[in-house]
Amino acid sequence: MSLATARKLRSSLAMAACVASAALGIAALTIILGALLWNGFSSLNLAVFTQMTPPPGAAGGLLNAIVGSLIMTVLGVAIGAPLGLFAGTYMAEYGRYSRVTAVVRFINDILLSAPSIVIGLFVYEITVLQMGHFSAYAGALALSLLVVPVVVRTTEDMLNLVPGSLREAATALGLPRSLIIRHVAYKAARAGLITGLLLAVARVSGETAPLLFTALNNQFWSTNLNAPMSSLPVVIFQFAMSPYKDWQNLAWAGALLITAAVLALSITARILGAQKTSK
Amino acid sequence: MNENSVPSDGPLVADAGAYAALASGAKSEKMSIRKLDFFYGDNRALKSVNVPLYDRRVTAFIGPSGCGKSTLLRVLNRMYDLYPGQRAEGEVLLDGENVLDPRLDLNALRARVGMVFQKPTPFPMTIYENIAFGVRLYEKLSKTEMDERVERALRGAAIWDEVKDKLNASGLSLSGGQQQRLCIARTVAIQPEVILFDEPCSALDPISTAKIEELIDELRLDYTIAIVTHNMQQAVRVSQHTAFMYLGEMVEFGETDQIFTAPKEPRTQDYITGRFG
Amino acid sequence: MVEPHTVKSFDAELELLGRHISEMGGIAEKMLADAMEALGGMNAELADLVLAADARLDALQRTVEEETVSVIARRQPVAVDLREIVGALRISTELERVGDLAKNIAKRTGKIANEGRVPRPLGGLRGMHDLAVAQLTDVLDAYAQRDPERARAVWLRDVELDLLEDAVFRELLTHMMEDPRSITFCTHLLFCSKNLERVGDHTTNIAETVYFIVTGQVLPADRPRGVGYARPA
Repeated sequence: MSLATARKLRSSLAMAACVASAALGIAALTIILGALLWNGFSSLNLAVFTQMTPPPGAAGGLLNAIVGSLIMTVLGVAIGAPLGLFAGTYMAEYGRYSRVTAVVRFINDILLSAPSIVIGLFVYEITVLQMGHFSAYAGALALSLLVVPVVVRTTEDMLNLVPGSLREAATALGLPRSLIIRHVAYKAARAGLITGLLLAVARVSGETAPLLFTALNNQFWSTNLNAPMSSLPVVIFQFAMSPYKDWQNLAWAGALLITAAVLALSITARILGAQKTSK
Repeated sequence: MNENSVPSDGPLVADAGAYAALASGAKSEKMSIRKLDFFYGDNRALKSVNVPLYDRRVTAFIGPSGCGKSTLLRVLNRMYDLYPGQRAEGEVLLDGENVLDPRLDLNALRARVGMVFQKPTPFPMTIYENIAFGVRLYEKLSKTEMDERVERALRGAAIWDEVKDKLNASGLSLSGGQQQRLCIARTVAIQPEVILFDEPCSALDPISTAKIEELIDELRLDYTIAIVTHNMQQAVRVSQHTAFMYLGEMVEFGETDQIFTAPKEPRTQDYITGRFG
Repeated sequence: MVEPHTVKSFDAELELLGRHISEMGGIAEKMLADAMEALGGMNAELADLVLAADARLDALQRTVEEETVSVIARRQPVAVDLREIVGALRISTELERVGDLAKNIAKRTGKIANEGRVPRPLGGLRGMHDLAVAQLTDVLDAYAQRDPERARAVWLRDVELDLLEDAVFRELLTHMMEDPRSITFCTHLLFCSKNLERVGDHTTNIAETVYFIVTGQVLPADRPRGVGYARPA
């Protein structure tokens, strides 16, 4: 067998292995999505968006959970995003060469990959135990702690991607640092920063573990931030585990809603990212 | 912005005395670099460099890559301050004031000593804002005055006719040569005294290069100019004085005509005639 | 002389240019010597050879001109290279003029063939001729060796040729007064002496060019011209 033939054979084998692996992964994903869409759509109806979570055997919806999720996600992002933005800005702009930045970056990376249940336990320890009861505050706080590392990371990365020449050009005009960051660096990195934020939202909107320990759940309509609050992931968790068929159906509907929301966010992020590169 | 509101499309800083000085051939030192050493960490990149920048003249810095010419330029507006581990020793006088003084207001210095870079760097904003942004920092101008300033800066950079109908378009939508002239306009708009050009044409095609060179020749009437270039013909074309640097040293400084017809130093001759080993 | 260029073909072009100048120099020298020989010996064949050589000299001069223009356009030479090329252009023009002067002397061979001979005045002319040829040879050597001092020496010595011309003028004048029949003949010789003096001027120009090529400096405008010796008006 000539060398060329042997090489072609090896190439074909490797190619076959790659295709098989890819097919396996895509197949698994297709089955999961298929099941989700099938079960989700069959359980989806108007009541899901208009009624509260029902007791077993009764008709009901997910309104309180949807609203709860929205409230806590928005609150969590509102707390976490500015923190992350400021920290990331410091790391990329002011403290780019300082040791503090290296340390913060290292810790941030650990936080980024920390299991969310650990975050949940931590917030439970410092809020729920101190206050004596579960609350939406605690839930939002837990989510914000998940937002911070994502935003820090993307902010720093995106600002680092802003060409140094642009910064130098602004500096050469005699512009102060703060103005350069606000008007030049942020503008140049805007698409990337928004993408990072959306990804952070996508990440926390599906979190269950931290909310279980903090906001718990609430079967009824509540917008009281100082009281337990319902949320989609937790409701899904609870209903899906239950033996009741109608609860399980609502869980499928909820799962579909979250997936759709996350998908929408991801697509938006992708579009923004593409706009940036095409510019 | 109507045509009547702009009586002059001449240079931003017109100074009769300057023209007289130019005509009489008298020259004064706008900047004086004396015994300048520069360090990147422990690496000594400039070795006791002495060179003057004459008022309203173009001084070209030539030399092989890594000879320190760009480093020298970045000392003149303290650009190196952005980075840790870089320091300069010696004296760089701007109208007699030491630029290296640690107490110096860097932003004020950079407003007086503008810089145009190798790659065009328009800010991610409209053409109008690219110019107005810097100006706003130093002066409170009314809308009309600002319009006028923007127009004069763009005219001064010979790009007005090309962009006057799309001032609200993004600066990034322009061609490379136009972007570079926009950057020059931006620098000119804040009315500096010295303009540093760091290989301004290396990313441009010959036509754009010719436009920039023509522009530099015009700017010379109002500004003191230093230009770093790898293109020796460019140095001959635009400058009145040339400094040849090699390995961090100032090998030869003289009038451009003299450097390119009869250089005194063998190293200068070998470099400019393409005999470098 | 100096280090070679990074672009080797540039060196080859400069070398070729130098070779062409040397060739022109050789031809001009030979033409001058032959012209005098022909004049002295009334040798019409030799005179024809001189005329023929001039065509070759003119052709070479055009070649050098084309080469310099081409090198300037393609290489944008500076410093020593620029001086070298501009110098070559100038020297080639000067040599071409020397050739013309030699041709002029050779042409007179035929014209004076039928005149009454006066051998004596030829002696002074020959002295001038020998000095002019020696000067030309010297300056061409100075060019070949890029020796500015030698070029300067040639430049300074031109005054001697001027003095010799004065002597020849007086001598021929005496002959004409003594014997009016020799007037035509002597006038031709007078033109020849003028030509030789002009050769000296061109040699001086070449010397100035060599000096400029090597040093980048220009020799002063006022060359010593034998001031103090009365020159005929």
